[in-house]
Amino acid sequence: MPEQPLSAPLDIGFDYTRSVGPVLGRFMTALAQRRVLGVRGSDGRVHVPPVEYDPGTAEPLDELVDVAAEGTVVSWSWTADPLPGQPVQRPFAWALIRLDGADTALLHAVDTGGEPTSVRSGQRVRIRWADEPVGHIRDIAYFVPVTDPPADAAPTAPAPPAATSPEPGTGDDTASVDTVITPVHLNYTHSASLEESRYLRALADGRLLGQRCPACGKVYIPPRGACPTCGVPTTDEVELPDTGIVTTFCIVNVPFLGQRIKPPYVGAYILLDGADIPFLHLVLGCEVSEVRMGMRVRAAWKPRDEWSTTLENIAHFEPTGEADAPYASYAHHL
Amino acid sequence: MAKQRAAVLGTGQTHHRSKRTDVSMPGLLREAVDRAMVDADVGWSDIDAVVVGKAPDLFEGVMMPELFLADALGANGKPLLRVHTAGSVGGSTALVAASLVQSGVHRRVLTVAFEKQSESNAMWALSIRVPFTMPVGAGAGGYFAPHVRSYLRRSGAPEHVGAVVAAKDRRNGALNPHAHLRQSDITVDSVRASQMLWDPIRYDETCPSSDGACAMVIGDERAGDDSPAPAWIHATAMRTEPTTFAGRDQVNPQAGKDAATELWRQAGITDPLSQVDTAEIYVPFSWFEPMWLENLGFAADGEGWKLTEAGETALTGRLPVNPSGGVLSSNPIGASGMLRFSEAAKQVMGRAGDYQVDGARTALGHAYGGGSQYFSMWLVGAVKPT
Amino acid sequence: MTEVAVVAFAQAPNVRRTHGTTNGVEMLVPIFDEVYTRTGLSKADIGFWCSGSSDYLAGRAFSFISAVDAIGAFPPIHESHVEMDAAWALYEAWLKIRMGEVDTALVYGFGKSSAGDLRRVLSLQLDPYTVAPLWPDSVSIAALQARLGLESGRWTEKDLAEVAARSRRDATGNPRAQFGGETDVAALLDADPVADPLRRHDIAPVTDGAAVIVLASAERARDLADRPAVIGGIEHRIDTPSLGARDLTTSPSTRLAGEAVGTDGVEVAELHAPFTHQELIVRDELGLGDAVRINPSGGTLTGNPMFSAGLARIGEAAQRILDGEATRTLGHATSGPALQQNLVTVLERG
Repeated sequence: MPEQPLSAPLDIGFDYTRSVGPVLGRFMTALAQRRVLGVRGSDGRVHVPPVEYDPGTAEPLDELVDVAAEGTVVSWSWTADPLPGQPVQRPFAWALIRLDGADTALLHAVDTGGEPTSVRSGQRVRIRWADEPVGHIRDIAYFVPVTDPPADAAPTAPAPPAATSPEPGTGDDTASVDTVITPVHLNYTHSASLEESRYLRALADGRLLGQRCPACGKVYIPPRGACPTCGVPTTDEVELPDTGIVTTFCIVNVPFLGQRIKPPYVGAYILLDGADIPFLHLVLGCEVSEVRMGMRVRAAWKPRDEWSTTLENIAHFEPTGEADAPYASYAHHL
Repeated sequence: MAKQRAAVLGTGQTHHRSKRTDVSMPGLLREAVDRAMVDADVGWSDIDAVVVGKAPDLFEGVMMPELFLADALGANGKPLLRVHTAGSVGGSTALVAASLVQSGVHRRVLTVAFEKQSESNAMWALSIRVPFTMPVGAGAGGYFAPHVRSYLRRSGAPEHVGAVVAAKDRRNGALNPHAHLRQSDITVDSVRASQMLWDPIRYDETCPSSDGACAMVIGDERAGDDSPAPAWIHATAMRTEPTTFAGRDQVNPQAGKDAATELWRQAGITDPLSQVDTAEIYVPFSWFEPMWLENLGFAADGEGWKLTEAGETALTGRLPVNPSGGVLSSNPIGASGMLRFSEAAKQVMGRAGDYQVDGARTALGHAYGGGSQYFSMWLVGAVKPT
Repeated sequence: MTEVAVVAFAQAPNVRRTHGTTNGVEMLVPIFDEVYTRTGLSKADIGFWCSGSSDYLAGRAFSFISAVDAIGAFPPIHESHVEMDAAWALYEAWLKIRMGEVDTALVYGFGKSSAGDLRRVLSLQLDPYTVAPLWPDSVSIAALQARLGLESGRWTEKDLAEVAARSRRDATGNPRAQFGGETDVAALLDADPVADPLRRHDIAPVTDGAAVIVLASAERARDLADRPAVIGGIEHRIDTPSLGARDLTTSPSTRLAGEAVGTDGVEVAELHAPFTHQELIVRDELGLGDAVRINPSGGTLTGNPMFSAGLARIGEAAQRILDGEATRTLGHATSGPALQQNLVTVLERG
């Protein structure tokens, strides 16, 4: 069986904070009060949800009007297996719903107790409000049929965090909403190239494996699916030593979100002996003020039982104590 | 057939702040767009097409946000394009908009670039840990600081020159009512006293993180002739090279040099320092001013810092650089490049207000992005090109 | 203004899952070779490069930057990128040739949809305040559109199945298609819906893929291809994002783009319709009658490589002319939820 490239999960997630501006702000504020507002468009149509600018004329809109919490299904589709984050976590219908008093349809979920036969176009539905509305489109938990709603409340996705809350203890339900929080969490499978995978597997054995570009002859580590100057995969394998030099570096003094190393630390370009391109790594084992361009360094490997298919097997690089490389020997790598 | 003449008819930008929590994304864009349309004296029916630019979608957590922004951009029923070329995108976007006119396809094009960084956190988005890689990444500052160190070593520039740039740009920013940072009291000494973040880059030598947008209306020759003070587009250039390759010059990248060479050739410029009146150059970290002065051909290799140190890039100098305050004063990433392009246009239109360079007739707008690998630039002038 | 022609087209195999990276280099390197061989051009001969791809498809910022490694972009190149289907990158390249700035351009698109959960990722294209926080997936949105047409009598379930059956039959002649085969409409209709009213056959597959097109000025094109496909017109338009504010059974943007281009006399049309009913909408808006051969490649229903499927439609339409099989063809590309944005180009024998 041919060798397969390595892959691993790549999960990204952030709770986005969205300022909503005055028009949507009034809409969100009303939702927190279990009311729905629409906006009157240039042509007199009432848009729900409100739009800030008219789809026909691009004019700013700001005449907000109350509409009902009940309306009619215009179209629907059935979801047998809800995806993460969707409003109803049992089989449900997505629906375009025209609320009474609105001229456009709102997209939302309709819970029929899991029954696809209980939803139809023209059906009357009403809002099932979230238990604790915060001023967010998710304050509408979902819709249910006006006639014969399900006996039990549908399981729902977790409510979004509230961006602003009314003053505690005041019972003030008129506080205006200017920001909503929207968590966005996605899961991917990230794959390394075949060439990079060979290098990563060698790392698991404690070896540093580069490849030479068959066109320009330069030694790349990591190897490349396409040599950046020639556009062809690197091929001939070249085993490199774990010694080299610092070409250039910076001292990171600043903490930031997602940081994995406590500052201050040195991020340096390390050019291994015999390689034609440096890579970024850490330099420890001396005061940050002692790190120099041209300094000779050697890899400090983690204990063998911690090795896997990653350059992190090298905990950091540290000075060898040898004489610095002359500037002219690496000036063309800067 | 040769390309058609094109001109900037009007520009507009938001007030840039770290958090524009008073507006939504559509509201942010419209603040810039409405101002550009007033400046250009056009209405929606005059706009033939819209070109949108911004940096990574992960910053706002919206995939291809131009789709949901179509109503706010008056784009329904019209052509809409979305450009993304990393940090240079604001410049590239303006060039695509210019192409729509220069190719004779459209008469008037609206272009807008934006970033609403406060929706998330750029350091987070730029440092997402991709499997199999070393977690050394420390955002844009951590990426560029080693190359600044290389510049210092290569040029022998004195250590205070970076602070000279920062103090100048921030004081210029104080003259710009739209700037995010307006620090009229900043000095070279106070910059040098600020915290070292990504050594050799100090806190005050670093661009802010801003919410903001920039817009322009670009018109054809007839529209330019009818405009009271257009900025004529004399030359445009874009070049790209890979992020890393064996022997890459990361301090003075070939792609930037090639783009500048092409720009000067198109415009018939043989001595940029004498023939260009002012330049808006993408300088997110102070040291990039001298680095780009060399890359663009305003100074010989290793000599850019001497122009800066001598005060030649100050508002009253021989080549005022970033009279608006530049990226060091406002940095809505996706819009930062377009701000450079539009500020260059404002100078030759005579509409730069308190930071107007006296007698500016020819101005450069410059942007770069990625790992100093995407370059876009234009040269605009008060006089119609021959 | 300079006339522009397609001189070469190549696409990677449409597959459910590649083992390659999200940078697309593994898919791009071979198809770049293919078009170089066909045209006799080398990378140094290309005046302008333009690509289309998406960071959200890859799950990280700047995924397109690594793709330029596939070009071997040193010495530096004149290059741009759109965060759109590469059909719009072709539009940008068309401008550059048309204005006389360059006389050749290479356009490419790539995407590894299998890296994430595509229909969930695409929900991030919706309004971020009032729609996307509900995570409506792209298949469910299309299903709402399909039902509106079914209930208004615009189309029937049988009409949709016939589109699917024809696509699968035609795909058997396309070695790059993800799948194909003879299918019986009645058998297709026997299947249970997967997103009622949509059945499996109504929905384009998830596909990893890439495509490349080489453009040249009409003058230069004569040296590069025997029968260049001259771009007779190329137009694109967008509609409101507000799903509940427009008639989803129509596509005004497609109609406007088609009218601006002029679709009379088209013999073959490659339509970018990831759902069966969307082919019917596009066909109707473009005024394509029964005599027009639709999607002889099998179309998007048998291979839907995100961010290159639209470019591939233009490529397939051009290929009919390059091969001497037709004299006037049409390529269509779409982007966004429920056919929000559409591009139409007509290609002609030079």
